[in-house]
Amino acid sequence: MPFQIVKKEQLSDNMFRVTFHAPLVARRAQPGQFLMFRVDEFGERMPITISYFDREKGDVTVIMQRVGSTTALLASMNEGDYVADVVGPLGNAAEFDNMHKVIVVGGGSGCAIAWPQAKGAFDRGCHVDIVAGFRTKGIVVLEDEMRACCKNLYMMTDDGSYGEKGFTTVKLKELLEKAKAEGEQYDTCICIGPLPMMKFVCQITKEYGVHTMVDMNCIMIDGSGMCGGCRLTVDGQRKFTCVDGPEFDGHLVDFDEAIARSKIYEKQEARVFQRRHNCTLQELADREEAARKAAKEGK
Amino acid sequence: MATNLSPTKNPIPEQEPNVRNKNFDEVALGYTVELALDEANRCLQCRRPQCVTGCPVNVKIPDFIKLITQQDFKGAYHKILEDSSLPAICGRVCPQENQCESKCVRGIKGEPVGIGRLERFVADWVMQNADEMPEKPERNGHRVAVVGSGPAGLACASDLAKLGYDVTVFEHLHKAGGVLAYGIPEFRLPKALVQKEIDKLTALGVTIQCDATVGKALLIDELLSNDPDVGGFEAVFIGSGAGLPVFQNIPGLNYCGVFSANEFLTRINLMKAYDERYDTPLMPISKVCVVGAGNVAMDAARCAKRLGAEVTVVYRRGEKEIPARKEEYEHAKEEDIVFKLLTNPVEILADENNWVRGIRCIEMELGEPDARGRRRPVEKPGSEFEMECDAVIMALGTSPNPLLRKATPDMEYTEKGGIVADEHGVTTKPGVFAGGDAVTGAATVIKAMGAGKEAAAAIDRYIMKK
Repeated sequence: MPFQIVKKEQLSDNMFRVTFHAPLVARRAQPGQFLMFRVDEFGERMPITISYFDREKGDVTVIMQRVGSTTALLASMNEGDYVADVVGPLGNAAEFDNMHKVIVVGGGSGCAIAWPQAKGAFDRGCHVDIVAGFRTKGIVVLEDEMRACCKNLYMMTDDGSYGEKGFTTVKLKELLEKAKAEGEQYDTCICIGPLPMMKFVCQITKEYGVHTMVDMNCIMIDGSGMCGGCRLTVDGQRKFTCVDGPEFDGHLVDFDEAIARSKIYEKQEARVFQRRHNCTLQELADREEAARKAAKEGK
Repeated sequence: MATNLSPTKNPIPEQEPNVRNKNFDEVALGYTVELALDEANRCLQCRRPQCVTGCPVNVKIPDFIKLITQQDFKGAYHKILEDSSLPAICGRVCPQENQCESKCVRGIKGEPVGIGRLERFVADWVMQNADEMPEKPERNGHRVAVVGSGPAGLACASDLAKLGYDVTVFEHLHKAGGVLAYGIPEFRLPKALVQKEIDKLTALGVTIQCDATVGKALLIDELLSNDPDVGGFEAVFIGSGAGLPVFQNIPGLNYCGVFSANEFLTRINLMKAYDERYDTPLMPISKVCVVGAGNVAMDAARCAKRLGAEVTVVYRRGEKEIPARKEEYEHAKEEDIVFKLLTNPVEILADENNWVRGIRCIEMELGEPDARGRRRPVEKPGSEFEMECDAVIMALGTSPNPLLRKATPDMEYTEKGGIVADEHGVTTKPGVFAGGDAVTGAATVIKAMGAGKEAAAAIDRYIMKK
């Protein structure tokens, strides 16, 4: 039973916003939950966080970065096209209880997931500051959306091509230090981004005693607890991301283990990419970059 | 034709072990007509047939076998269908040696009649020679929802549809069949055959809705409500299966290369990771250690073998205690799978990148019998040893899935988390019925199917009384 792509936008060089018509997913979706999609009969089941939902229209929207074969396939599809499957909402909804002063740290595509969480806290009357980090200007996304749901937005790029130059962790430390000096420390940090970033953010917030929630994106197949592929260690206990998460107390997550597990299929994924796209992800990006350049010069 | 007095069963033609352990095609090829007739004539047509009592759904075994001897294969098929929904599947995966065949009088002085093989023959013969799609029965105007499309759900849906109910089956995965699709491998149960059974269900008028997660997208109470979009069902049957994989509590379980059998089998059977055309990956594996010796462990071991690995099964008890069907165990041994019995893993070892490099085990010996009469294995002090491997597959059973339980708190569950239901599948929540592994914990296809049929009858009584 195929699912139609009703809207697709390119947000940056490699970020896309895709809206599926999937009424069953939309009807009970809540912030923090994820869906799984499969592009076609040969596709893998891919988990991705739900960014928006429109219950009336029966639509759900995801924002994804083109990082592998499946996301590149979805990125190459157009409005009106169909994917084979969309199932959800899966996982637990994000919780906003006992939050007052919140610092949200988003890294790259993680901003797409961090933004709805920031909005959730902001809509409940919390003081929200956002630190959003990107590698470079070309991949900056959702700036307006983020600005609309916080008091202060700090845009950071690794190469300084936009906003301030530097890593999110540096800015975070600065803000925590300042808040501490003012005697108004943040009570909660919501951190979503690449695993190494989340690991370092948690190290910092732990120092300052700021409760930190992270959103784990693990390799999974069924998304309903059956395979156990998405297991991770939280406070020494075995947890399944799909049924126990995807949100966990970041100070208790074994990130080194999660980082190792996230790389299990790196080599195979590169092969699948080559087969599906007849090139590598880098070659695809280079080709597009050249096309963009040519178009610019042509004008 | 005279009774065949041979003390042994007609063997079932099979692919050669050294050929089949490199492909995913079906291992057992099935009886020819001649073999089936010869085997059917071994049945003594007992006046009080014990085999029937050994069958969880009481298939009229001597009757269908008699029809085989009369060469009325279609008649035999319909005789089986009076009590069973999925003969082609049960003929392949039922543990007949513990059920019907264990009660056969021919088994006292020799081997029992090959009832399973005959059941399979009949189902296959009809599929190849006289297959017909069932006709859609007249509708009775009542709607029933079925949660899960595994054997329990399929059987329940099939019986209800035949009674005229308008049935919708909700399945979380993208493919119907439950364990028949994701768990049992192609070489033991061809997926085309499962699809055929599902097509028959659709022909009966059953709607199968995949990508629909009850407990998340839909709640049981919503199905039972008057909601114009998702409600309108008068009863719900839950056949959601066994659930979460159990991992042994030893160090190293989250290293890269450690799988639950569920994950390993799902990658292969449902996602077809062994087929180059499919995207779902599996890393190359050369030496695999499977922990556990149930049917699922045998399936995982034999799949790993077919992917080119050397496979060792590690089991803490002895050969006599192996819970897998004898046939599966024998097949695995024939396919060059090594069994290290009375051996228990104590730690999984990894390299500096968290990749599995081996497993440390300890030898066991059998001590005093436990409550179930099985001798309890105890560790032999000082007998630890290491075994090299690059993948470990844990096949130690499952525990009930918390997903539906969390979403449906107003129903009673056992201490272990299974749904409380009586022998007719009646739960503590009005209008809700349940059966199969979701109730009993991991069991067999035929038991789940039997529970689905039993619940279908109970649902019919419940709705007709309303």
